[in-house]
Amino acid sequence: MTRSWMRYAILLAPLPLFLVASYVLPFFVVAKWSVTDPEPGLGQYIRIFTDPTVQVVLIRTLRICVIVTLVSVTLAYAIAYNWVFGPPKRQRLIEYCVLIPFWISVLIRAFGWLILLRNNGIINESLMSVGVIKEPLALVRNELGSIIGMTHFLIPFAVFPLASALRQVDPRVPQAASGLGAGRMRIFWTVTLPMTMPGVLGASIIVFVFALGFFITPAILSGGRSVMVAEFIYLQLFQTVNWGLAAAISVVLLVIVAALGALLHKVARLDKLVG
Amino acid sequence: MNRFQLNYANYSIVVNSVFNLSSRKNRKGGVGLAPQRHRASQLSAIGLGKSFGNFEALRSLDLTIAAGEFLTLLGPSGSGKTTFLMALAGFLKPSRGRLEEDGVDITDRPADKRNFGMVFQGYALFPHLSVTDNVAFPLKVRKVPAAEIKKRVGDMIERVGLSAHAHKRPAQLSGGQQQRVALARALVFEPGVLLLDEPFSALDKNLREGLQAEMKRVHRETGTTFVFVTHDQSEALALSDRIAIFNHGQLMQAAEPRAIYTRPDNRFVAEFLGRINLLPLEGCSAIDGRATGRLGEATLSAPTGAAALAGRQSLLAVRPEHLRIGAAGADDNSVAGVIADKIFNGAEMSLQVALATGQRLLLSVPDNSAAAALAVGAETKVCWPVESGFILHDDRNA
Ligand SMILES: Nc1ncnc2c1ncn2[C@@H]1O[C@H](COP(=O)(O)OP(=O)(O)O)[C@@H](O)[C@H]1O
Ligand SMILES: [Mg+2]
Repeated sequence: MTRSWMRYAILLAPLPLFLVASYVLPFFVVAKWSVTDPEPGLGQYIRIFTDPTVQVVLIRTLRICVIVTLVSVTLAYAIAYNWVFGPPKRQRLIEYCVLIPFWISVLIRAFGWLILLRNNGIINESLMSVGVIKEPLALVRNELGSIIGMTHFLIPFAVFPLASALRQVDPRVPQAASGLGAGRMRIFWTVTLPMTMPGVLGASIIVFVFALGFFITPAILSGGRSVMVAEFIYLQLFQTVNWGLAAAISVVLLVIVAALGALLHKVARLDKLVG
Repeated sequence: MNRFQLNYANYSIVVNSVFNLSSRKNRKGGVGLAPQRHRASQLSAIGLGKSFGNFEALRSLDLTIAAGEFLTLLGPSGSGKTTFLMALAGFLKPSRGRLEEDGVDITDRPADKRNFGMVFQGYALFPHLSVTDNVAFPLKVRKVPAAEIKKRVGDMIERVGLSAHAHKRPAQLSGGQQQRVALARALVFEPGVLLLDEPFSALDKNLREGLQAEMKRVHRETGTTFVFVTHDQSEALALSDRIAIFNHGQLMQAAEPRAIYTRPDNRFVAEFLGRINLLPLEGCSAIDGRATGRLGEATLSAPTGAAALAGRQSLLAVRPEHLRIGAAGADDNSVAGVIADKIFNGAEMSLQVALATGQRLLLSVPDNSAAAALAVGAETKVCWPVESGFILHDDRNA
């Protein structure tokens, strides 16, 4: 018993070392670059808040993240609601539809959307052949493409916390509301939704944080036409070789993500209190 | 006026009606009086049944609940009480039969259109709303003007003694306080029927007794029809106008507490409510409303209805409190036995007397009496007035 415990301890010992080596040390190096490259000082941070190029990227990123969060949490709520309260057949169907995408790589999914959405893609071609539109719709190689691809990718991440919040709702509470005279819509808006609000907040934070760091999906689906912050950092590092700016933006991002993480932690605890 | 009195069925005292009439008028003008009597509905279940798959949770049930009545549904766990209540509330669709409210078929009316108040097992309060908002919910749904909501909710919260906690969330309240919020929420819209599913089951004994008295008072004040579920027999006896006893999804008997205790219809009801001695009678015959039969050496009698005996095993039933130790009087039954066990429980002593025929009689005697001093193993005689017993039929193997 004790010996096997020791063995696990020895096996696990490298983990903290590995974490320090791969996350903490690089972080300090990056933080150092942000105040030393190309010259010591806070110049790079000032640039983040003044340089129009950076501003455009940041505002675009914020806009895309907010839209993606709103759309995917809304859709995920509908999916989670049907998953938890729907008839058994629908529950199975949703399980497959939510779980299967998890097994498919980000890259393949992005290319899948490209095939569907591009000018001579399936959607545009069928719409044109039916005669609904004459010109192909610009569904991809722009912000819309990024939003569609990211939303699709992130919905499952929102479905799980929302489903768990919905499962915690005592079914007698909406039932009581119905007995007190409330119709289905009213029960949803005044009882079920408010009771699952911590789950909605949690799901929103998770989706927002993921969206903030998205790289591959927007890079492929916007075709470089609507660069988001992660791709922008990549460009600063490997094309413009402006390491100081890349590092400063990374630090700012990290601070934002950490703040959202702390908020999520609070919300999750709140969730437990309410449930 | 006539319709008014119909609505108040049991409470058709003219003074009351007049009082209500004026209080209603006042409320329309926005200045209601505090104690309000509600419209009370009569409910009828006609051949009502509910199956879950092959399992019959409720067998064809016929029961009429009078307007303004306090009816208790009593039965062991799993006997179908909640199922019946849920069918009344409209949360469960009955598999068979009909439901009527004041003679109108409501079987297919959805729960939110029935206008019944309900207190759930576990209360089912809205956890995200304050006490005030919980109680205001049914009024907001009914689009009552804001000023009137404020007044009625305030009055209701005061009536259940929670004014000091009006802004708290349910999680910040004790069990008894939550129970009061549930009651206030279910009554504030003046429903014709109030359904309560084991509202006290989560509370400790002292609190229960206080709340029982309060429940009784609320019933008296509102005049609403109460349908109250419990598995606690003393609670049922203390509160109800009438008790309906359930077993295996079947209604075994519905009657006033005293009637159901002193003259149960069948063995299940007799044994479920309080303790009872059952003695099988041999060669039983009935003359002049009295059944007489043999138990070993003894000849025993009890009052009985006319055609009751026909070819079934008859049991003489008698409650422990009617038995005594000692010589038989003029119109007494008497059997001989041996003290088999004594249990001291405070004011009284429970004795078990073993009969030669193998049965054990249970009786309770005052702790300071001579009978209580008898030693285990002592020979004795047990007797009881013929009138205090009654005849049951063995429906165990019916
Ligand atoms: N939704 C359901 N599905 C299947 N069986 C149920 C369901 N609800 C209740 N039952 C069964 O019906 C019986 C009666 O239940 P219930 O009315 O809750 O009893 P009580 O309230 O008297 O304890 C129980 O045996 C229970 O298992
Ligand atoms: Mg129950």
